[in-house]
Amino acid sequence: MDLDVASLRRARTRADLRLAPGEQLLAGGTWLFSEPQPGVTGLVDLTALGWVPVERAGDGLRVAATCTVEQLAAYVPDPAWTGWPLVAGCVDALLMSFKVQAQATVGGNVALALPAGAMTALLAALDAVAVVWAADGTDRREPVADLVVGPGRTTLAPGEVVRAFDVPGHALRARTAVRQISLTAVGRSASLVAARRDEDGTLTLTVTAATPRPVQRRFTGPPTSSQVTDALAGLEWFDDLHGAPDWRRAVTTLLVDEVLAEVTA
Amino acid sequence: MRVDGQDVTAEPAPGQCLRTFLRQAGHVAVKKGCDSGDCGACTVLVDGQPRHSCLVPAVRAVDSEVTTAAGLGTPDALSPVQEAFVDAQGFQCGFCTAGMVVTATALADEDGHVHLDEDGLVRRLKGNLCRCTGYRAVRDALAGKSNVVREGGVGDPVAAPAGRRIVCGREPFTLDETPTGLLHLAVLGAPHVHARVLSIDTTRAQALPGVHLVLTHRDSPDVLFSTGRHQHRTDDPDDTRVLDDVVRFHGQRVAAVVADSVAVARAACALIDVTYEPLPAVLDPEEARRPGAPLVHGDKDAVTSRIADPSRNVVAASHGEVGDLAAALAASAHVVRGTWRTSRVSHAALETHAAVGWLDDDGRLVVRTSTQVPFLVREELCHLFGLDRERVRVVAARVGGGFGGKQELLTEDLVTLAVLRTGRPVQYEMTREDELTLAPCRHPVRVEVTLGADTDGRLTAMHLDVLSDTGAYGNHGPGVLFHGIHESVAQYRCPVKRVDAEAVYTHQLPSGAFRGYGLGQVLFALESAVDELAREVGLDPFEMRRRNVVRPGDPFLVNHADTTTDLGYGVREPGDDTPSYGLVECLDLVQDALGTTRAGDAVAVPAGDRWRVGEGVAVAMIATIPPRGHHSTATVSVDACGRYEVAVGTAEFGNGTSTVHVQLVATTLGTTPDRVRLRQSDTDRAGFDTGAYGSTGSVVAGRAVAQAAALLREDLVAAARAVADGASGAWSDVAASGAAPGDAAGAGVWAGAPADDVTVVVGADGVRVGDRLVTFTELGPRSAEGSHHGSPRSVAFNVHGFRVAVDTATGTVRILQSVQAADAGVVLNPEQLRGQIEGGVAQGIGSALQEETVLVDGVVTSRTFRGYRVPQLADVPATRVLLARTRDGLGPHGAKSMSEAPYNPVAPALANAVRDALGVRPHEIPMTKDRVWRLARGAAAS
Repeated sequence: MDLDVASLRRARTRADLRLAPGEQLLAGGTWLFSEPQPGVTGLVDLTALGWVPVERAGDGLRVAATCTVEQLAAYVPDPAWTGWPLVAGCVDALLMSFKVQAQATVGGNVALALPAGAMTALLAALDAVAVVWAADGTDRREPVADLVVGPGRTTLAPGEVVRAFDVPGHALRARTAVRQISLTAVGRSASLVAARRDEDGTLTLTVTAATPRPVQRRFTGPPTSSQVTDALAGLEWFDDLHGAPDWRRAVTTLLVDEVLAEVTA
Repeated sequence: MRVDGQDVTAEPAPGQCLRTFLRQAGHVAVKKGCDSGDCGACTVLVDGQPRHSCLVPAVRAVDSEVTTAAGLGTPDALSPVQEAFVDAQGFQCGFCTAGMVVTATALADEDGHVHLDEDGLVRRLKGNLCRCTGYRAVRDALAGKSNVVREGGVGDPVAAPAGRRIVCGREPFTLDETPTGLLHLAVLGAPHVHARVLSIDTTRAQALPGVHLVLTHRDSPDVLFSTGRHQHRTDDPDDTRVLDDVVRFHGQRVAAVVADSVAVARAACALIDVTYEPLPAVLDPEEARRPGAPLVHGDKDAVTSRIADPSRNVVAASHGEVGDLAAALAASAHVVRGTWRTSRVSHAALETHAAVGWLDDDGRLVVRTSTQVPFLVREELCHLFGLDRERVRVVAARVGGGFGGKQELLTEDLVTLAVLRTGRPVQYEMTREDELTLAPCRHPVRVEVTLGADTDGRLTAMHLDVLSDTGAYGNHGPGVLFHGIHESVAQYRCPVKRVDAEAVYTHQLPSGAFRGYGLGQVLFALESAVDELAREVGLDPFEMRRRNVVRPGDPFLVNHADTTTDLGYGVREPGDDTPSYGLVECLDLVQDALGTTRAGDAVAVPAGDRWRVGEGVAVAMIATIPPRGHHSTATVSVDACGRYEVAVGTAEFGNGTSTVHVQLVATTLGTTPDRVRLRQSDTDRAGFDTGAYGSTGSVVAGRAVAQAAALLREDLVAAARAVADGASGAWSDVAASGAAPGDAAGAGVWAGAPADDVTVVVGADGVRVGDRLVTFTELGPRSAEGSHHGSPRSVAFNVHGFRVAVDTATGTVRILQSVQAADAGVVLNPEQLRGQIEGGVAQGIGSALQEETVLVDGVVTSRTFRGYRVPQLADVPATRVLLARTRDGLGPHGAKSMSEAPYNPVAPALANAVRDALGVRPHEIPMTKDRVWRLARGAAAS
C-alpha cells in the first residue's frame, strides 16, 4: 500500500544509514508496504548498497541482510553441506507467496522479529551470527537466536543496521530436520522446530513460532525423552491469532520428537 | 517505466507502491484485494518476474518493463493462459482473476498449462486468494481443462459473457472508470467502543493544503437509517446516522475528510481533535439483556426506530410455542440437549466496498458503487438527503464479490454528502483493514437446542433458544434472526415446537447479511442436535432424517401457526399440482456416494494410530425467494440488425445471473449468446429491481427477463406474420395458438399457427414464416417488458456429506470425501451451478474450520488477511456435486435458486463427521486445530 512518507533516499555508503527523525530503513519493503506505518516520514533504501547476497566466508557462508529469500533458496550449496535442506524447509514455512519471497529479504525477516519468522528460525538453527553495524561506525556480532528477544523486539539499538549473517561451516555440514505446523495447510507457522546434529554428535534443537522468541537447547548426543521434556518445561508459549498456547506446546512436543527422530535415525 | 508496451513518464511519490502508480496511469487491470501482499489480485510481471505490485516501491520499478493482465492479451487475442481461464471458467466475480492469470503466466508452459505436483501447486498458488470459486475451476484452468461453451441456450454450460474481458483485466469494476477531477474521502475512526463525542475541532485539518471539506456529526442529516438494505426499509431498525456524536463500536466513523488525494485526506484526519467521554460498554450478548447493562441504543424510541426493546438491548425477538413443549418432552423416550456457538466471519469479497459520486451535466447525482442493491441504495439516499428519485442515479459495475456484504450502504452516504457539499466528484474506497474491522460481519449466534423423540426416532418436541449478536447497529439483525429460525426449524416435521429467539445489541462491530442469512448458524446447532439424537435412538443419521424431514403437504411450522405464507413445495409445471421436492433424493445421493467411496478415498487415510475416521451429514432447507415481495422489471429489445439488449436492474457479483439472462433470451428468441447484450444494475437504464440478494438473480430477475423475452417473441411473430401476410391481425392468431403469454418454457420455434398451418420460427437472422424470412430490418426495433414479484415461493434442499480423518495429536481435520447433493430444479447452466455449489462449500469449510473475526475487548485483532484465514487453494478439497432430478414450475424453465443454500449444511456436516471420528461433539466453529485437539484430548481423558 502507499506509505504517506515525504522522502525516500538510497543509501550508497554506510554514512548514509544515519537516520533522521521519522526515517525508517527499507529493505525488500514487503512488510513495510503491507501495513500503515504511522510515524514514519521517510525511507532509506538499503538495497542500493550493493551487498553481495550470498558469499562463501571461510568454510561457512555470509548472507547479506539484503539477500532475498529467493536468492538464498536458489544458492547452490557446497556438496558437503548436508544441512542445506533446512533452507528449503524454512522457506516453505514462510506464509508469504513465492512472488513476495523474491522481494523480501533475509535481514528484514529477522529484524521484524515475528515469532513465525522462518529466516530467524533458519539462521538461529544454524548458529548464525548477525553482523551489526552500529551508528558510531563500529561493528558488533550477536547470535541470531539472541538478537530476537520477543515479538517484534530485537536487541538492535536505534541506528543499528544488520549487515549480514555469518553461518558457520560446521552447522552447514550437520544433519538437519525441520517441521512446521499451522492452523491451515500452508498458513502462518504456529510452531516451527529444527534439529541439527553436528559431526561431533552435538545436537541443537531450535523452537520458533510457538514461543515468543527463539528457544535453543543443546545436547551432547541424542536426548532421552525426559531430557526433551525438561528442555521444553517452563517455556512461555506464544498466544496470538495463529494458535492457542496449550496446543502450541502439545504440537511442538510432537514436532520435536519428529525432528529428533529424523536426525538421529 | 514501460507498462504493457506504453511509456509511463510520471514520477512516483516517495512512498507510493507500484499498484497505485499503475492505476493512476490508467492501467486498471491491476486490482486491489488487500493492499498488503496477501491476496495476489494486484500481481504484475516486473521485468518478467511476478510481483505483488502493492508491495513494490514504485520508484524501484521506474526503469522496468511492467506487464499487467491487459498486456498479456486482448479479448480478441487472448494469451494461452487467458484462453485456459476462459475455457475452464476459472472465475466467478472475476476480481481476483487478473492477478491469478498473471501468476499462472509466470508458472505456465507455452500452451498456458501449469505442470506442478499437488504440493508445488498449493505452495505456488497460496498467494492468490479467490473467494468465489472454491478453486476447482482455477485448478481446471491451470490444467487446461475446458468446462464451458461459447454458444448454447438454457441447459448448456454457456460461458460468462464478460469472461474474455475479465481474464484480461478489462472488465471495469467499480473504481476502474472514474470521472476526472476526483477528490478522495478518508474517514477518522473512533478509538473507543462506547463514547460520547464532547467536541470536535477541525481547524487544523481544514487548514491543511489540499483539504476541501471536513465532515462531522454536525454535517450529518438529522435522519436515522440503517445500512442494511431491504425491499421494505422498515425491515431494519432506524438506528444509524451518517455521522453520529455517539460512538458505539471501536473504529466507528466520527469524521470524514475530502481532499485532493487519499494521503492528504488521511493526514488531515490525523489533525482532527476529538474529545471523547468514554462510556461503559457491553460486549457479551448474554450480559446485554441483563438489567443494568449499558444500553447501546437507549436513546432511541422503540416504535419510531423499530427496536423491539431498547431498554434491554433487544433489537428483535420471536417467542412462541406450538403444542405443549414441557408435556411433549416429559413424554419423549429420548431427549438430547446442547448449546452451540458460531463466530464472526468476514465476507472477504476481493473487491472492497467503494463508491464514487459526481453531478452529471444536468446536476443529477450519480453514484457508482460496489453494491448488490443499486435501486435500494437510490431509495435510501433519497430518504436520507431528501432528494427526488429522478435526481439520483445509482450504478453498479460488475461487483467483485458480495456474499451479502454489499447489501449494505456503507460508502454511498458519505460520498453523497461530500458530492452535494463540494459539487465535485468524490471517491471513497474502503481498505481491507476497514473490511475486516468495520464492515458488518456474519452474526455470531448462540443456540441451545432440546430435542425429544419417540422410540422410533420420530421427533416429538423441539426447543431452540437463539441469541444473535447484532453488534452496535441493527442492520439485518431482525431479518437474519427471523430467517435463521424459519426454514431450519421448519425443515423438520414435529408436532410440538418452541422457539425463543432474540437479537441483541453489543458495543462491537455490526453484524450483517451473510450468505445463508442466519440459517447456517441455527442449522449448525440443529443438525448437530439431530445427529446426537440419532445416536441416542440408535438410528443411522440418514434414516433419522428420512423419518423426520418435511414432506410435500406438511406445513412449514416454526413457533406459531402461520396461515398467510406464500411458501410451498412448488409445482412441477404451471397448473400442475405435483410438488417439486428433492430432499429425500438428495439424502439418497449423498448416502450412496459416501458408501461407494468408502473402499477407496481419493485422499488416503493417513497412516498411524493418531488418526480417526468419521462421517457426517447435514440437511438444509431454504426458501427460493425472500418473503414479502422481491421485484424486478426487465426489458428485452431487438434492433434492426437482430441484436438484443436486456435491461435488468439486478447486479452481477459473480453469481452468474448475467450468463443465465443471456441464455434465457438466446433460447427464447432462437439467437446466439453473442447477439445478446446486457445493461445491468443501473437505475437509469432498467426498471426497478429489488436487487441481488436472497438468491433471486435467476428466480426473480430471470423470470422477468424470461417473460420479457417471451412477450418480445410473440410480438416478433405477430409482426412477421403481418409482414408475410401483408395483412394485420396476426396477433390474435398467435394468441389463439394455446401458449400462455409470458410462458418462457418454449423454444424459439413457434409451430402450428392454426390459421394457415404455417410454421413460424424466430431465429438469429429474422423470423421465418413458412418459406419467407422476415428480416429484423423489416421488423424494425422492438421491445417488451416483463416483471416478477417474488411470489409464490418454493423451497430447495441441500444435503452435505463428509468423510474426514482427524489427527488426535494435532487436531488436524483432513477431508477425505466431500459430497453435496442439491435440489436445484432444472439446471440452467451446469458449470455455473456447480461453481455456485463449490464456492458455497468452500466458504462453508472456511467458516467451519478456520475463519474467525477475533475481538479482544471489543477491538478486532484479525485486521489483515494474514490474521483472517480465508481459505487458500490448499485448504479446499474437491467436492462432488450431485443433483436431484426435480423441476420447479415457479422458476424460469423449472429452475430453483442455488446461491446461498450450498453454504448452509457444510459446517454441521463437518462437525458431525468430527464427532463420528473422535467420539466427542464439537460445539463451536471454527473447528480450528487447537480446538479440535482439545476435543480429542478431552475424549482421551474420559
